[in-house]
Amino acid sequence: MESSSQEKIIDPVSVRVEEIITPPKRHHWIIDLFIQLVKTKPLGAFGGLLVLGMVLMAIFAPVIAPYDPNAMHGEKIVAPPSMTFFLGTDALARDMFSRIAYGARVSMTVGLGAVGLSTLLSTLIGIISGYYGGTFDTIVQRIVDAIMSFPWLVIMLTVMAILGPGQLNVILALAIAGFAGASRVVRSAVLAIKESDYVMAAKAIGCKNRTILIRHILPNVAAPIIVLATLGLGNTILAEASLSFLGFGVPPPAPSWGRMLSGDGINYMLKGPWLAIFPGLAISAGVFGFNMLGDALRDLLDPKLTGGMRLRR
Amino acid sequence: METAQTDKKPILDVDGLDVKFFLRDGTLNAVRDISFALYPGESLGVVGESGCGKSVTFLSVMRLIQVPPGKIQATTLRFDGTDLLKLTEKEMQQIRGNRISMVFQDPMTSLNPVLTIGKQMKEVIKLHLKLKEPELEDRCIELLTKVGISEPKMRLGSYPHQLSGGLRQRVMIAIALSCNPTILLADEPTTALDVTIQDQILRLIRSLAKDLGAATVLITHNFGAVAGTTDRIMVMYAGKIVESTSTPDLFKEPLHPYTRGLLKSIPRVDKEAQEKLFSIAGAPPDLMRELVKGCAFIARCPVGDDYCFHHLPPMVENRPGHFVSCWKVSHAA
Amino acid sequence: MLRWYILRRIVLLIPTLLLVSFFVFSIVRLLPGDVVAIMIAEQGYADDEAELRKTLGLDKPLIVQYAIYMKNVFSGDLGKSLWSGKPVLEELGRRLPTTLRLGLMALFWTLLMGVPIGVLSALYQDRWSDYLLRSAAIGGLSIPGFWIATLILVFGAIWFKWVPPMDYVPFSEDPIKSLSQLVVPSFILSIGLSAGIMRMTRTMMLEVMKEDYIRTARAKGLAGWIVVVRHALKNALIPVLSIMGIQIAMLIGGTVIMESIFVLPGMGKYLIDAISWRDYPAIQGINLFICTWIISINLVVDLLYGLFDPRIRYR
Repeated sequence: MESSSQEKIIDPVSVRVEEIITPPKRHHWIIDLFIQLVKTKPLGAFGGLLVLGMVLMAIFAPVIAPYDPNAMHGEKIVAPPSMTFFLGTDALARDMFSRIAYGARVSMTVGLGAVGLSTLLSTLIGIISGYYGGTFDTIVQRIVDAIMSFPWLVIMLTVMAILGPGQLNVILALAIAGFAGASRVVRSAVLAIKESDYVMAAKAIGCKNRTILIRHILPNVAAPIIVLATLGLGNTILAEASLSFLGFGVPPPAPSWGRMLSGDGINYMLKGPWLAIFPGLAISAGVFGFNMLGDALRDLLDPKLTGGMRLRR
Repeated sequence: METAQTDKKPILDVDGLDVKFFLRDGTLNAVRDISFALYPGESLGVVGESGCGKSVTFLSVMRLIQVPPGKIQATTLRFDGTDLLKLTEKEMQQIRGNRISMVFQDPMTSLNPVLTIGKQMKEVIKLHLKLKEPELEDRCIELLTKVGISEPKMRLGSYPHQLSGGLRQRVMIAIALSCNPTILLADEPTTALDVTIQDQILRLIRSLAKDLGAATVLITHNFGAVAGTTDRIMVMYAGKIVESTSTPDLFKEPLHPYTRGLLKSIPRVDKEAQEKLFSIAGAPPDLMRELVKGCAFIARCPVGDDYCFHHLPPMVENRPGHFVSCWKVSHAA
Repeated sequence: MLRWYILRRIVLLIPTLLLVSFFVFSIVRLLPGDVVAIMIAEQGYADDEAELRKTLGLDKPLIVQYAIYMKNVFSGDLGKSLWSGKPVLEELGRRLPTTLRLGLMALFWTLLMGVPIGVLSALYQDRWSDYLLRSAAIGGLSIPGFWIATLILVFGAIWFKWVPPMDYVPFSEDPIKSLSQLVVPSFILSIGLSAGIMRMTRTMMLEVMKEDYIRTARAKGLAGWIVVVRHALKNALIPVLSIMGIQIAMLIGGTVIMESIFVLPGMGKYLIDAISWRDYPAIQGINLFICTWIISINLVVDLLYGLFDPRIRYR
């Protein structure tokens, strides 16, 4: 009995019927990501809300703002917040609320322009440098090293000193200050994917380099690029505000949050403290939103950083 | 020998120990209501597959389980007359490394990479034995010599990465024995080591513990490791003790179907290679899920039936000193 | 071994330094013609364009210009300021100590706040205090230092009638008074930096606390805080050190802003002034100086890494 019963092998499948798990519903990955964000990253979702608010404010500035941002309202110089002027007026009697609403537009334009440019540049350089390697990579990496040894504010100020003032020049300066570091991240992501089995397989069956780059590499570095761009937007908005604060940003009369602080914010600090509060609040909320969202996206998109069970054994 | 031991007072008395982990994905019941005793000076082997709760059991004894997410409950958890669960963390610290010490599985990761061997040895001796230099250094050198490390004085200044795996495990043993413990727990002490030195390390642990009169617990998944160095063996499965008896008895007459399966799966040189190696079908149950009401081994048991599925088998003393938890065996005898 | 490692690292720096010098060299050469005209019209640096081009050394072939520039740099000549007519190196030397003191003080606050808060946050992982500290850290990274400075100026004036002194007391005159002027700006500078350090410390502490040797340390009967300080922190701080290297660059960017808000005569203020004076030789000099400085600090940080981590061997 004993030997015969031990020959009998119990089919593990029959015992584990109850373990069959219903497969999760499939959505588009963006919807999945959104659901994950709201479910598991409340702070990230809050950041996303701030970002959404800022984007909407930039798009609908003419609808939101009660006045023209540059219209001067006569005698109402440095007027405190009231029903007519929600956030008060500045030294030229311009409505602060309208200026902050339009300021979102300036920030977003500069931010998107600079991040768009730097993302394009860093993706291109990172992918080519990481995928082809060789002399090109060596040279590019030395250049990136050199650029990265300049502090970002110093690069931007110097580029502005060469190019002179103007919104386009601010975008250029920010892009130059940002692309080098980003290309490094893209490059290391490409290096990791290059060694993966499916790229090896694609090479083995004789796919062209260009096909591999577009079909296999690009979609797989999309995640780090999205994270980089999100965090980059936060940094860029902060950087633009810093430049404007120092007087080298988007030239007046454009309503730039940074300049509002350094000009009237400090000059009229005793008479109108609100001039120092609201623009700074707007900058902080925007940057905070992008940072929170970027952090959460990195956790969700980067499997390496997602911790498993926390069990001490 | 069995009866002689039962006359003595156990140094470690465990009754109804239950350990749970409350995790994000659910509750993991790692150790389920187990009872056993450890007698002074004896050598106990604890055998089971990975994840059966054998490590967690003894980490709980040392209260090294993080609480929360862990939770340790027991009717009795008594060491040398003191209830370990009633001690404060500070009182517990006076027992750890001093009266109960532990050697861990992987000597590569169990020593701090940025501190020298000397510093890691001295800190525990200084803490519990209150020794000062130069006695402190003498004690370290004496211990390193005992565990068979040549040039002990020089080794004190080495960092762990400068030592081989075997040497590091010897250092771990030296640290564990440095304060003359009453109980030495060894959790898979040789699993991460070269096969050639596994036996050396096991014998070293046993002989040094014997000299000190310390009780040893050897936790392993390998019957080969416990065969020559233990007096008694406890077999665990899915957070439960399924069989417990003296070492010779277990090898001669294993009763639980799981123990039999495990013993059958050891390759043996003395037997002819008549059949292919036996392996137990299936995998241990997921302790995170609601287990069956009856015997946890039912899904893999060659002799289990519907009754086993619904009824939990009690621990029965089948023969003097031979305990087993199986409906089939208890009734057969 | 160590000597060869340092030598190798220095040799590897040469291409980077050459590129940096080339970028810096290009600053004046990239100036659009109208900027040169503005320099003459606004600042009166020369009578006509040809004369200014000669002063800037733009009248020779490009290769010769670069050779002369490099030769001068190696002999310690970073050019002459158009604004003051003095050597740029001399102007820099005068301003460096202030920036250095400001930076070091900021670094001090950063470590004082960042490391302990990071450790606490890790030890209380996922409790309310952890969430609070982490949110505060992201806040610290997002709230611009110049806004905090502005608020301190505004509400310091309104509530406490406190206005920062507008004239800087040199260190040699009254060290304590001089340093006390740096307390507020250095603290503001450290907010963003310590948020970064805090996050890194927290992550690394969480990693390290899971290590087997922490369990060993606890099994030895060591008290909780000894396990944290002696066994966990030393391992966790090694990667934090590498972040410090990156932060030096951020710190210098920050000093530019703080020095211009609090009117401190440092390198950052000098850069801003040089840009508004269109003093391009000075801009070149400041850039070259800051970069060399940052590159050297990063080298030192890398070498320190080996000092703290015995596993690193110099090859």
